[in-house]
Amino acid sequence: MTIQIVALVGFMLLISWLISNTIQNLETLGKGVDLWFLFETSSYDINQKLIEYTSRSTHLRAAFVGLINTLIVAVLGCITATVLGILIGILRLSNNWIVAKIMTCWVELFRNVPVLLWIVFTMAILIESLPRPASFRGENPESSLLFWDSIAITNRGTYLPEPLFSNGLGDISIFGIFEVSLDLVAFLIVLFACIFVSNILKKRADKTQQNTGHRPRVWPYRIAIIVIPPIVLLYILGFYLGKPELKGFNFQGGIYLRNSLIALWLALSFYTSAFIAEIVRAGILAVSKGQTEASYSLGLRPSLTMNLIILPQALRVIIPPLISQFLNLTKNSSLAISVGYMDITGTLGGITLNQTGRELESILLLMLVFLGISLGISAVMNWYNSTVKIKER
Amino acid sequence: MKIRFLVAAIAAVFVTGSAYSATLDDVMARGNLECGVSTGLVGFASPDAEGEWEGFDVDYCRALAAAIFGDSQAVEFTPVSTKNRFTALAAGEFDILARNTTWTFSRDTDLKQTFLGVNFYDGQGFMVRADLGVSSASELDGASVCIQTGTTTELNLADFFRVNGMSYEPVPIEDNAEAKEQFFAQACDAYTTDRSGLASTRAAAENPDDYVVLPEVISKEPLGPLVRHGDDQWADIGRWVLNALIIAEEKGLTSANVREMASAPTNDPEINRLLGTEGAYADMVGLPNDWAVHMIEQVGNYGEIFDRHIGVDTPIGLTRGVNDLWTNGGLIYAPPYR
Repeated sequence: MTIQIVALVGFMLLISWLISNTIQNLETLGKGVDLWFLFETSSYDINQKLIEYTSRSTHLRAAFVGLINTLIVAVLGCITATVLGILIGILRLSNNWIVAKIMTCWVELFRNVPVLLWIVFTMAILIESLPRPASFRGENPESSLLFWDSIAITNRGTYLPEPLFSNGLGDISIFGIFEVSLDLVAFLIVLFACIFVSNILKKRADKTQQNTGHRPRVWPYRIAIIVIPPIVLLYILGFYLGKPELKGFNFQGGIYLRNSLIALWLALSFYTSAFIAEIVRAGILAVSKGQTEASYSLGLRPSLTMNLIILPQALRVIIPPLISQFLNLTKNSSLAISVGYMDITGTLGGITLNQTGRELESILLLMLVFLGISLGISAVMNWYNSTVKIKER
Repeated sequence: MKIRFLVAAIAAVFVTGSAYSATLDDVMARGNLECGVSTGLVGFASPDAEGEWEGFDVDYCRALAAAIFGDSQAVEFTPVSTKNRFTALAAGEFDILARNTTWTFSRDTDLKQTFLGVNFYDGQGFMVRADLGVSSASELDGASVCIQTGTTTELNLADFFRVNGMSYEPVPIEDNAEAKEQFFAQACDAYTTDRSGLASTRAAAENPDDYVVLPEVISKEPLGPLVRHGDDQWADIGRWVLNALIIAEEKGLTSANVREMASAPTNDPEINRLLGTEGAYADMVGLPNDWAVHMIEQVGNYGEIFDRHIGVDTPIGLTRGVNDLWTNGGLIYAPPYR
């Protein structure tokens, strides 16, 4: 005990010496710790920005743009990696020899090559193999748009049709910091309200079924309630799809998914899916074989057995290590700069750091941000874990 | 990348203390010079077929090594990206940074660097494919522009398009090698960097005639070597190595004739002072008496270095232009050596 306390005190002394030494040395250099640089004009442009940003905005805002970009790729990546990972993990246990081996190859290929190489490799493939915007030009273009001229896939990125409203409600500014489309808000409110009403119908049907043993036919009404009001709303707002068009050097209009985002997203998803697949496989194998046999003996088909018997039990084993994979994916997204994706490492930890020379402050802020994101993910996943784990009474 | 910064930040904790000790002593004790260069810009700094670094900036470091050790090979080169260069220099990863770096006010003051002079007067330009039919940068509205991140060119680009009321799509990239890949694959319409860099990139293309450098020069980019704040003697050495290279060209000292000129005092006192045959000027800065002789003999004068790596007879093919001596109407000018 005494030794532990002495060690702790020694460790804390070492840390405080390091911190005071750093601050003192920086002050001798005339570079005291100072966060005011965040409120200076950034003077650089960022290509992918979901909130209003120009080169006249502050470094702080640039950091926010980067943070949003980090979150975009992290969320997209986690979703895709989970879906792929579960699919591959299950298929790897398939009784079909070819399917099982293909999935083994996928897992071994992706998890045994560094993720940075996958990111750069994916980007190189996208740049070199996809058609250039120029090849869409002319009388007989080499390439053409897909799906009734609505999707353009180029070596700069993919342009998707964009939802637009001819008599929309406009935007609402929140604290003057960013703007939210009222059309989107209205659509979401209506959609959730409909889902709510539809759930009430379901509960009533369940109740009737329990009381009388006969289930009233409600599903057509439920579908109608979910589908019709949003469509009416879209019609009132004058919904139409804005298609990308080749104007000048590039396509204009539509939602522009840059190749840097796609490359980073795909590479991170594929890489992490290999790990998730192994976790899923381990989780499934952890469920006693007797459960499967019991399920089959009750006459359940394999797909139902998997969905109703195996997966719910396997989830308890799967969720905790899955959290680590989500955290890994999010942290790996800081490799974004290798393909020029402007995440927070690229803005705050890259250009801002470089232009202001505030290394210590920028890196510390960056570490705080990643710590915050990671703790957030952990909190959400731990909450989810507590809902699926065995309820002990 | 993150790890590199962390290492740099941690290194800063330990190294800043020693930044005040004499860099020259550290270099002498180590037995070689450590020099930060570009990750690969043909003509300025790139490894040749044998893996030996060569180029205009590389030769500046070789000249410095020759001045200190009498051996131009006593250098170790650390390739560093535009994004990491200042952090790495501040953290003491190398002694001097010679990496087409633009001398600006905030880098000089706020970033705590000491610029040693200008070894190349450059300006930012644009390169596009010839078949785009673009003849001026003002026609680039809506273009995708490849840009090395963490550079002054990035800021100039933003200002240029904003002031001219044009829009563009920045395609940020980490270094010149990646820029080449993206630009040649037409992932961007235009590539912008210093015009010397554009010439270098164009020379490396499969068919250089497919590309044109647009006439506009949108910025002043005086490039030069730099060291971190805190060691004036070291800065003086670096500054006067550069000046001596320029004076050597002005006075007609070349790698071929310098040994002969140094054998006995000549009629020109400045040559004598520089080559150590008159006075004890080298002592003032802590270099051996014949430092300039070794340097010029092994590396050549400013003009020789220029012609060897980026001059008209090289694939880069740059004319001297503003980088000619002041006596020939250029901007290259060194203070007197006395």
